Amino acid sequence: MNDATPAPAAPAAPVFLRGIWRENPVLIHMLGLCPALAVTNTVANSLAMGIATFFVLCGSSFLVSLLKRFIPHEIRISTYILIIATFVTVADMSLAAFTPGLHKALGAYIALIVVNCMILGRQEAFASKQSVGRSMLDAVGTGFGFIIALVMMGAVREVLGSGTFLGFSVFGDNFEPWVVMVLPPGGFLTLGFWLLGLSWWTERKKQRAAAEGGAS
Amino acid sequence: MNAPARPEVAPWKLAMTLAVAGALAGLLLVFVDQVTRPKIEAHRRATLKDAVKEVLAIDPDAGDGSRIVSVRVDDAGLELEPEAQYEVDASTIDRVFLGYDASGAVRGFAIVHQQMGFQDVIRLIFGYDPRTETVLAMRVLESRETPGLGDKIEKDAAWVAMFDDVKAPIVAVKSGERSAPDEVDTITGATISAKGVIDIVNAALARQELAKRLAQWLQEAGQ
Repeated sequence: MNDATPAPAAPAAPVFLRGIWRENPVLIHMLGLCPALAVTNTVANSLAMGIATFFVLCGSSFLVSLLKRFIPHEIRISTYILIIATFVTVADMSLAAFTPGLHKALGAYIALIVVNCMILGRQEAFASKQSVGRSMLDAVGTGFGFIIALVMMGAVREVLGSGTFLGFSVFGDNFEPWVVMVLPPGGFLTLGFWLLGLSWWTERKKQRAAAEGGAS
Repeated sequence: MNAPARPEVAPWKLAMTLAVAGALAGLLLVFVDQVTRPKIEAHRRATLKDAVKEVLAIDPDAGDGSRIVSVRVDDAGLELEPEAQYEVDASTIDRVFLGYDASGAVRGFAIVHQQMGFQDVIRLIFGYDPRTETVLAMRVLESRETPGLGDKIEKDAAWVAMFDDVKAPIVAVKSGERSAPDEVDTITGATISAKGVIDIVNAALARQELAKRLAQWLQEAGQ
Protein backbone atom coordinates (compact mmCIF):
# COMPACT_ATOMS: atom_id res chain seq x y z
CA MET A 1 0.00 0.00 0.00
CA ASN A 2 1.31 3.43 -0.85
CA ASP A 3 -0.26 5.10 2.12
CA ALA A 4 0.84 2.75 4.87
CA THR A 5 2.44 5.66 6.68
CA PRO A 6 -0.24 8.09 7.84
CA ALA A 7 0.13 11.70 6.75
CA PRO A 8 -2.19 13.50 9.16
CA ALA A 9 -1.61 16.95 7.68
CA ALA A 10 -2.52 16.07 4.08
CA PRO A 11 -5.50 18.06 2.75
CA ALA A 12 -8.87 16.37 2.40
CA ALA A 13 -9.49 16.76 -1.34
CA PRO A 14 -6.68 14.43 -2.49
CA VAL A 15 -7.87 11.78 -0.03
CA PHE A 16 -11.24 11.83 -1.75
CA LEU A 17 -10.06 12.19 -5.36
CA ARG A 18 -7.19 9.73 -5.16
CA GLY A 19 -9.38 6.64 -5.02
CA ILE A 20 -11.58 7.77 -7.90
CA TRP A 21 -8.92 7.82 -10.56
CA ARG A 22 -5.24 8.18 -9.79
CA GLU A 23 -5.31 5.24 -7.41
CA ASN A 24 -8.40 3.55 -8.75
CA PRO A 25 -8.79 0.25 -6.85
CA VAL A 26 -9.44 -1.87 -9.94
CA LEU A 27 -7.56 -0.12 -12.75
CA ILE A 28 -4.45 0.91 -10.81
CA HIS A 29 -4.24 -1.17 -7.63
CA MET A 30 -5.77 -4.26 -9.28
CA LEU A 31 -7.83 -4.98 -6.20
CA GLY A 32 -11.32 -6.43 -6.26
CA LEU A 33 -10.77 -8.04 -9.64
CA CYS A 34 -13.02 -11.02 -8.89
CA PRO A 35 -16.29 -9.03 -8.99
CA ALA A 36 -14.85 -6.78 -11.70
CA LEU A 37 -14.48 -9.82 -13.95
CA ALA A 38 -17.41 -11.91 -12.79
CA VAL A 39 -20.49 -9.70 -12.72
CA THR A 40 -19.76 -6.95 -15.23
CA ASN A 41 -21.58 -8.58 -18.14
CA THR A 42 -24.25 -5.86 -18.05
CA VAL A 43 -24.23 -2.23 -16.95
CA ALA A 44 -27.07 -2.83 -14.50
CA ASN A 45 -25.19 -5.68 -12.78
CA SER A 46 -22.01 -3.59 -12.64
CA LEU A 47 -23.87 -0.68 -11.07
CA ALA A 48 -25.60 -2.90 -8.52
CA MET A 49 -22.37 -4.63 -7.54
CA GLY A 50 -20.59 -1.26 -7.40
CA ILE A 51 -23.25 0.28 -5.18
CA ALA A 52 -23.41 -2.74 -2.86
CA THR A 53 -19.62 -2.68 -2.49
CA PHE A 54 -19.71 1.10 -1.98
CA PHE A 55 -22.17 0.65 0.87
CA VAL A 56 -20.11 -2.09 2.51
CA LEU A 57 -16.89 -0.10 2.14
CA CYS A 58 -18.34 3.09 3.63
CA GLY A 59 -20.02 1.27 6.51
CA SER A 60 -16.90 -0.74 7.33
CA SER A 61 -14.57 2.25 7.11
CA PHE A 62 -16.85 4.25 9.36
CA LEU A 63 -17.01 1.56 12.03
CA VAL A 64 -13.35 0.61 11.84
CA SER A 65 -12.13 4.20 12.17
CA LEU A 66 -14.65 4.85 14.92
CA LEU A 67 -13.70 1.77 16.92
CA LYS A 68 -9.99 1.64 16.09
CA ARG A 69 -8.98 2.40 19.69
CA PHE A 70 -10.96 -0.57 20.99
CA ILE A 71 -9.69 -3.13 18.49
CA PRO A 72 -6.57 -4.89 19.78
CA HIS A 73 -3.81 -5.14 17.21
CA GLU A 74 -3.64 -8.96 17.41
CA ILE A 75 -7.21 -9.54 16.28
CA ARG A 76 -7.69 -6.53 14.02
CA ILE A 77 -8.03 -8.53 10.80
CA SER A 78 -10.66 -10.88 12.24
CA THR A 79 -12.55 -7.90 13.65
CA TYR A 80 -12.45 -6.10 10.28
CA ILE A 81 -13.70 -9.22 8.54
CA LEU A 82 -16.50 -9.52 11.10
CA ILE A 83 -17.54 -5.91 10.48
CA ILE A 84 -17.31 -6.30 6.70
CA ALA A 85 -19.24 -9.59 6.75
CA THR A 86 -22.01 -7.97 8.77
CA PHE A 87 -22.43 -5.17 6.25
CA VAL A 88 -22.30 -7.63 3.37
CA THR A 89 -25.07 -9.71 4.92
CA VAL A 90 -27.16 -6.57 5.40
CA ALA A 91 -26.57 -5.65 1.74
CA ASP A 92 -27.42 -9.20 0.65
CA MET A 93 -30.71 -9.27 2.57
CA SER A 94 -31.68 -5.76 1.44
CA LEU A 95 -31.03 -6.52 -2.22
CA ALA A 96 -33.06 -9.73 -1.95
CA ALA A 97 -35.94 -7.86 -0.33
CA PHE A 98 -36.06 -4.71 -2.44
CA THR A 99 -34.51 -5.62 -5.82
CA PRO A 100 -35.02 -9.38 -6.24
CA GLY A 101 -34.14 -9.28 -9.95
CA LEU A 102 -30.70 -7.82 -9.33
CA HIS A 103 -30.15 -10.13 -6.39
CA LYS A 104 -30.80 -13.10 -8.65
CA ALA A 105 -28.46 -11.76 -11.34
CA LEU A 106 -25.59 -11.15 -8.92
CA GLY A 107 -26.07 -14.48 -7.17
CA ALA A 108 -23.23 -15.67 -4.97
CA TYR A 109 -21.07 -12.66 -5.79
CA ILE A 110 -22.84 -10.46 -3.24
CA ALA A 111 -21.74 -12.74 -0.41
CA LEU A 112 -18.25 -12.73 -1.91
CA ILE A 113 -17.92 -8.97 -1.31
CA VAL A 114 -16.61 -10.13 2.09
CA VAL A 115 -13.41 -11.30 0.48
CA ASN A 116 -13.00 -8.26 -1.76
CA CYS A 117 -9.45 -7.32 -0.78
CA MET A 118 -10.06 -3.71 -1.77
CA ILE A 119 -12.33 -3.33 1.27
CA LEU A 120 -10.02 -5.06 3.73
CA GLY A 121 -7.12 -3.13 2.19
CA ARG A 122 -8.73 0.24 2.89
CA GLN A 123 -9.41 -0.79 6.50
CA GLU A 124 -5.87 -1.96 7.14
CA ALA A 125 -4.13 0.81 5.22
CA PHE A 126 -6.32 3.79 6.00
CA ALA A 127 -9.40 3.55 8.21
CA SER A 128 -7.54 1.91 11.10
CA LYS A 129 -5.13 4.85 11.30
CA GLN A 130 -7.19 7.89 10.38
CA SER A 131 -10.03 9.97 11.75
CA VAL A 132 -13.64 9.07 10.98
CA GLY A 133 -14.08 12.00 8.59
CA ARG A 134 -11.00 11.26 6.53
CA SER A 135 -11.79 7.54 6.44
CA MET A 136 -15.23 8.31 5.08
CA LEU A 137 -13.74 10.58 2.41
CA ASP A 138 -11.34 7.82 1.47
CA ALA A 139 -14.11 5.19 1.44
CA VAL A 140 -16.45 7.32 -0.67
CA GLY A 141 -13.65 8.13 -3.12
CA THR A 142 -12.49 4.53 -3.43
CA GLY A 143 -16.09 3.33 -3.65
CA PHE A 144 -16.82 5.71 -6.52
CA GLY A 145 -13.61 4.60 -8.20
CA PHE A 146 -14.79 1.01 -7.95
CA ILE A 147 -18.21 1.87 -9.40
CA ILE A 148 -16.57 3.78 -12.27
CA ALA A 149 -14.24 0.89 -13.08
CA LEU A 150 -17.08 -1.66 -12.99
CA VAL A 151 -19.32 0.45 -15.20
CA MET A 152 -16.44 0.94 -17.67
CA MET A 153 -16.17 -2.85 -17.88
CA GLY A 154 -19.92 -3.41 -17.97
CA ALA A 155 -20.53 -0.82 -20.68
CA VAL A 156 -18.05 -2.39 -23.11
CA ARG A 157 -19.21 -5.92 -22.39
CA GLU A 158 -22.92 -5.23 -22.62
CA VAL A 159 -22.69 -3.11 -25.78
CA LEU A 160 -20.54 -5.64 -27.63
CA GLY A 161 -21.87 -8.82 -26.03
CA SER A 162 -25.60 -8.12 -26.11
CA GLY A 163 -25.87 -5.06 -28.37
CA THR A 164 -27.64 -3.14 -25.61
CA PHE A 165 -26.85 -0.48 -23.03
CA LEU A 166 -28.79 -0.73 -19.75
CA GLY A 167 -31.17 -2.99 -21.66
CA PHE A 168 -31.83 -0.55 -24.51
CA SER A 169 -30.84 -1.68 -27.99
CA VAL A 170 -27.85 0.24 -29.37
CA PHE A 171 -27.21 -1.18 -32.82
CA GLY A 172 -30.66 -2.32 -33.93
CA ASP A 173 -31.70 -5.82 -34.94
CA ASN A 174 -28.99 -6.50 -37.48
CA PHE A 175 -26.22 -6.56 -34.92
CA GLU A 176 -24.89 -10.03 -34.17
CA PRO A 177 -23.79 -9.92 -30.50
CA TRP A 178 -20.25 -10.99 -29.63
CA VAL A 179 -21.43 -13.57 -27.14
CA VAL A 180 -17.88 -14.14 -25.87
CA MET A 181 -17.94 -10.66 -24.32
CA VAL A 182 -20.62 -11.59 -21.77
CA LEU A 183 -18.86 -14.87 -21.00
CA PRO A 184 -15.88 -15.06 -18.61
CA PRO A 185 -13.22 -14.66 -21.35
CA GLY A 186 -14.84 -11.36 -22.32
CA GLY A 187 -14.21 -10.09 -18.80
CA PHE A 188 -10.50 -10.78 -19.06
CA LEU A 189 -10.32 -9.33 -22.58
CA THR A 190 -12.15 -6.16 -21.59
CA LEU A 191 -10.05 -5.62 -18.47
CA GLY A 192 -6.89 -6.27 -20.48
CA PHE A 193 -7.79 -3.73 -23.15
CA TRP A 194 -8.81 -1.11 -20.60
CA LEU A 195 -5.52 -1.54 -18.73
CA LEU A 196 -3.58 -1.43 -22.00
CA GLY A 197 -5.35 1.73 -23.14
CA LEU A 198 -4.99 3.47 -19.81
CA SER A 199 -1.29 2.72 -19.40
CA TRP A 200 -0.66 3.77 -23.00
CA TRP A 201 -2.39 7.06 -22.24
CA THR A 202 -0.47 7.56 -18.99
CA GLU A 203 2.81 6.73 -20.68
CA ARG A 204 2.15 9.16 -23.50
CA LYS A 205 1.33 11.92 -21.03
CA LYS A 206 4.55 11.23 -19.18
CA GLN A 207 6.60 11.30 -22.38
CA ARG A 208 5.03 14.59 -23.45
CA ALA A 209 5.75 16.11 -20.06
CA ALA A 210 9.33 14.88 -20.30
CA ALA A 211 9.72 16.26 -23.84
CA GLU A 212 8.35 19.63 -22.80
CA GLY A 213 10.61 19.65 -19.76
CA GLY A 214 13.61 18.83 -21.96
CA ALA A 215 12.74 21.53 -24.51
CA SER A 216 12.45 24.37 -22.05
CA MET B 1 4.38 -4.22 10.59
CA ASN B 2 7.23 -3.58 12.99
CA ALA B 3 5.39 -1.51 15.54
CA PRO B 4 7.69 -0.52 18.41
CA ALA B 5 7.08 -2.65 21.52
CA ARG B 6 3.30 -3.03 21.55
CA PRO B 7 2.06 -3.90 25.05
CA GLU B 8 0.78 -7.45 25.13
CA VAL B 9 -2.98 -7.82 25.52
CA ALA B 10 -4.30 -10.63 27.70
CA PRO B 11 -5.81 -13.48 25.64
CA TRP B 12 -9.13 -13.33 27.49
CA LYS B 13 -9.41 -9.68 26.49
CA LEU B 14 -8.95 -10.59 22.83
CA ALA B 15 -11.57 -13.29 23.10
CA MET B 16 -13.94 -10.91 24.88
CA THR B 17 -13.53 -8.25 22.20
CA LEU B 18 -14.31 -10.74 19.45
CA ALA B 19 -17.25 -12.16 21.39
CA VAL B 20 -18.77 -8.72 21.99
CA ALA B 21 -18.23 -7.72 18.37
CA GLY B 22 -19.80 -11.00 17.21
CA ALA B 23 -22.78 -10.55 19.50
CA LEU B 24 -23.39 -6.99 18.26
CA ALA B 25 -23.11 -8.11 14.64
CA GLY B 26 -25.54 -10.93 15.34
CA LEU B 27 -28.05 -8.58 16.92
CA LEU B 28 -27.91 -6.22 13.94
CA LEU B 29 -28.42 -9.12 11.52
CA VAL B 30 -31.40 -10.43 13.46
CA PHE B 31 -32.98 -7.00 13.21
CA VAL B 32 -32.32 -6.65 9.46
CA ASP B 33 -33.55 -10.20 8.89
CA GLN B 34 -36.85 -9.42 10.60
CA VAL B 35 -37.35 -6.41 8.36
CA THR B 36 -36.42 -8.11 5.08
CA ARG B 37 -37.65 -11.70 5.52
CA PRO B 38 -41.37 -11.04 5.00
CA LYS B 39 -40.60 -9.11 1.82
CA ILE B 40 -38.31 -11.81 0.47
CA GLU B 41 -40.86 -14.55 1.16
CA ALA B 42 -43.75 -12.54 -0.25
CA HIS B 43 -41.78 -12.01 -3.42
CA ARG B 44 -40.97 -15.70 -3.70
CA ARG B 45 -44.63 -16.64 -3.32
CA ALA B 46 -45.73 -14.00 -5.83
CA THR B 47 -43.17 -15.23 -8.38
CA LEU B 48 -44.32 -18.82 -7.99
CA LYS B 49 -47.99 -17.85 -8.24
CA ASP B 50 -47.33 -15.90 -11.45
CA ALA B 51 -45.53 -18.91 -12.92
CA VAL B 52 -48.44 -21.24 -12.02
CA LYS B 53 -50.89 -18.85 -13.66
CA GLU B 54 -48.72 -18.70 -16.76
CA VAL B 55 -48.27 -22.43 -17.36
CA LEU B 56 -51.94 -23.14 -16.70
CA ALA B 57 -52.99 -20.11 -18.79
CA ILE B 58 -55.56 -18.96 -16.25
CA ASP B 59 -55.74 -15.84 -14.12
CA PRO B 60 -57.86 -16.16 -10.96
CA ASP B 61 -56.99 -12.61 -9.98
CA ALA B 62 -58.86 -11.33 -13.02
CA GLY B 63 -62.08 -12.48 -11.34
CA ASP B 64 -63.30 -14.61 -14.27
CA GLY B 65 -64.16 -17.56 -12.03
CA SER B 66 -60.98 -19.52 -12.63
CA ARG B 67 -59.13 -20.66 -9.54
CA ILE B 68 -55.98 -22.37 -8.33
CA VAL B 69 -55.71 -24.75 -5.37
CA SER B 70 -52.64 -26.43 -3.96
CA VAL B 71 -52.34 -30.15 -3.36
CA ARG B 72 -49.90 -31.57 -0.84
CA VAL B 73 -47.94 -34.59 -2.12
CA ASP B 74 -46.28 -37.11 0.16
CA ASP B 75 -45.77 -40.84 0.47
CA ALA B 76 -49.22 -41.34 2.00
CA GLY B 77 -51.02 -39.70 -0.89
CA LEU B 78 -52.33 -36.44 -2.22
CA GLU B 79 -54.26 -34.03 -0.08
CA LEU B 80 -56.13 -30.91 -1.09
CA GLU B 81 -55.18 -27.92 1.03
CA PRO B 82 -57.88 -25.59 2.35
CA GLU B 83 -55.96 -22.57 1.11
CA ALA B 84 -53.45 -22.41 -1.73
CA GLN B 85 -49.87 -22.40 -0.37
CA TYR B 86 -47.26 -21.07 -2.76
CA GLU B 87 -44.25 -22.85 -1.31
CA VAL B 88 -42.60 -25.91 -2.88
CA ASP B 89 -39.56 -28.08 -2.42
CA ALA B 90 -38.58 -28.38 -6.07
CA SER B 91 -36.37 -31.45 -5.67
CA THR B 92 -38.88 -33.63 -3.83
CA ILE B 93 -42.06 -32.09 -5.32
CA ASP B 94 -43.96 -31.86 -2.03
CA ARG B 95 -46.75 -29.77 -3.52
CA VAL B 96 -48.49 -29.35 -6.87
CA PHE B 97 -51.06 -26.83 -8.02
CA LEU B 98 -54.40 -27.62 -9.58
CA GLY B 99 -56.07 -25.07 -11.81
CA TYR B 100 -59.71 -24.75 -12.87
CA ASP B 101 -60.66 -22.55 -15.81
CA ALA B 102 -63.46 -19.99 -15.89
CA SER B 103 -66.13 -22.64 -16.51
CA GLY B 104 -64.99 -24.64 -13.46
CA ALA B 105 -63.45 -27.48 -15.50
CA VAL B 106 -60.03 -28.87 -14.56
CA ARG B 107 -57.27 -27.21 -16.59
CA GLY B 108 -54.42 -29.26 -15.18
CA PHE B 109 -51.65 -29.43 -12.60
CA ALA B 110 -48.64 -27.14 -12.33
CA ILE B 111 -45.53 -28.99 -11.17
CA VAL B 112 -42.20 -27.49 -10.10
CA HIS B 113 -39.07 -29.62 -10.36
CA GLN B 114 -35.31 -29.11 -10.51
CA GLN B 115 -32.31 -31.12 -11.59
CA MET B 116 -28.80 -30.60 -12.85
CA GLY B 117 -28.49 -28.95 -16.25
CA PHE B 118 -25.23 -28.17 -18.05
CA GLN B 119 -23.71 -25.57 -15.71
CA ASP B 120 -25.93 -25.62 -12.66
CA VAL B 121 -29.32 -26.76 -11.41
CA ILE B 122 -32.23 -25.87 -13.69
CA ARG B 123 -35.53 -25.22 -11.93
CA LEU B 124 -38.67 -25.18 -14.01
CA ILE B 125 -42.43 -25.33 -13.80
CA PHE B 126 -44.79 -27.01 -16.23
CA GLY B 127 -48.50 -27.51 -16.64
CA TYR B 128 -49.72 -31.10 -17.01
CA ASP B 129 -53.08 -32.64 -17.74
CA PRO B 130 -53.11 -36.25 -16.45
CA ARG B 131 -56.35 -37.12 -18.31
CA THR B 132 -54.71 -36.65 -21.70
CA GLU B 133 -51.13 -37.17 -20.44
CA THR B 134 -50.19 -33.88 -22.02
CA VAL B 135 -47.75 -31.17 -20.96
CA LEU B 136 -49.59 -27.86 -21.29
CA ALA B 137 -46.66 -25.44 -21.15
CA MET B 138 -43.19 -25.12 -19.61
CA ARG B 139 -41.29 -22.17 -18.14
CA VAL B 140 -37.75 -22.18 -16.72
CA LEU B 141 -37.72 -20.53 -13.30
CA GLU B 142 -34.02 -20.55 -12.60
CA SER B 143 -30.97 -21.49 -14.62
CA ARG B 144 -27.37 -20.48 -15.13
CA GLU B 145 -26.81 -21.98 -18.56
CA THR B 146 -24.30 -20.46 -21.00
CA PRO B 147 -25.49 -17.05 -22.23
CA GLY B 148 -26.21 -17.13 -25.95
CA LEU B 149 -26.35 -20.94 -26.12
CA GLY B 150 -27.80 -22.77 -23.11
CA ASP B 151 -29.94 -19.85 -22.03
CA LYS B 152 -32.10 -20.43 -25.11
CA ILE B 153 -34.02 -22.86 -22.90
CA GLU B 154 -35.35 -19.67 -21.31
CA LYS B 155 -35.03 -17.02 -24.00
CA ASP B 156 -35.87 -18.81 -27.24
CA ALA B 157 -39.65 -18.37 -27.34
CA ALA B 158 -40.05 -20.75 -30.28
CA TRP B 159 -38.30 -23.55 -28.40
CA VAL B 160 -40.22 -22.92 -25.17
CA ALA B 161 -43.45 -23.06 -27.20
CA MET B 162 -42.63 -26.65 -28.29
CA PHE B 163 -43.72 -27.74 -24.83
CA ASP B 164 -47.23 -26.47 -25.44
CA ASP B 165 -49.52 -29.52 -25.69
CA VAL B 166 -46.79 -32.11 -26.06
CA LYS B 167 -47.47 -35.71 -25.04
CA ALA B 168 -45.60 -37.02 -22.00
CA PRO B 169 -43.16 -38.66 -21.54
CA ILE B 170 -41.32 -36.39 -23.94
CA VAL B 171 -38.81 -37.76 -26.43
CA ALA B 172 -35.84 -35.56 -27.33
CA VAL B 173 -35.02 -35.47 -31.04
CA LYS B 174 -32.40 -33.64 -33.10
CA SER B 175 -33.04 -30.01 -33.84
CA GLY B 176 -35.61 -29.63 -36.63
CA GLU B 177 -36.64 -33.31 -36.69
CA ARG B 178 -39.77 -33.06 -34.61
CA SER B 179 -42.53 -35.13 -36.18
CA ALA B 180 -44.58 -36.89 -33.46
CA PRO B 181 -46.81 -35.31 -30.78
CA ASP B 182 -44.49 -36.55 -28.03
CA GLU B 183 -41.29 -35.08 -29.47
CA VAL B 184 -39.40 -31.90 -28.68
CA ASP B 185 -36.31 -30.69 -30.55
CA THR B 186 -33.01 -30.24 -28.80
CA ILE B 187 -31.10 -27.01 -29.42
CA THR B 188 -28.02 -26.98 -31.65
CA GLY B 189 -25.04 -25.99 -29.50
CA ALA B 190 -27.00 -26.52 -26.30
CA THR B 191 -28.00 -30.17 -26.50
CA ILE B 192 -27.27 -30.88 -22.85
CA SER B 193 -29.26 -27.90 -21.58
CA ALA B 194 -32.23 -28.74 -23.82
CA LYS B 195 -32.12 -32.44 -22.95
CA GLY B 196 -31.81 -31.41 -19.30
CA VAL B 197 -35.10 -29.54 -19.49
CA ILE B 198 -36.86 -32.48 -21.17
CA ASP B 199 -35.40 -34.88 -18.62
CA ILE B 200 -36.59 -32.72 -15.72
CA VAL B 201 -40.18 -32.78 -17.03
CA ASN B 202 -40.06 -36.56 -17.52
CA ALA B 203 -38.36 -37.12 -14.17
CA ALA B 204 -40.99 -35.05 -12.36
CA LEU B 205 -43.81 -37.11 -13.85
CA ALA B 206 -42.01 -40.38 -13.16
CA ARG B 207 -41.00 -39.46 -9.61
CA GLN B 208 -42.87 -41.87 -7.31
CA GLU B 209 -45.28 -42.37 -10.23
CA LEU B 210 -46.53 -38.81 -9.85
CA ALA B 211 -48.34 -38.77 -13.22
CA LYS B 212 -50.25 -41.94 -12.35
CA ARG B 213 -51.12 -40.71 -8.87
CA LEU B 214 -52.37 -37.38 -10.20
CA ALA B 215 -54.62 -39.14 -12.71
CA GLN B 216 -55.96 -41.50 -10.05
CA TRP B 217 -56.55 -38.68 -7.59
CA LEU B 218 -58.47 -36.66 -10.16
CA GLN B 219 -60.62 -39.70 -11.01
CA GLU B 220 -61.38 -40.39 -7.37
CA ALA B 221 -62.35 -36.76 -6.92
CA GLY B 222 -64.80 -37.37 -9.76
CA GLN B 223 -63.44 -34.75 -12.13
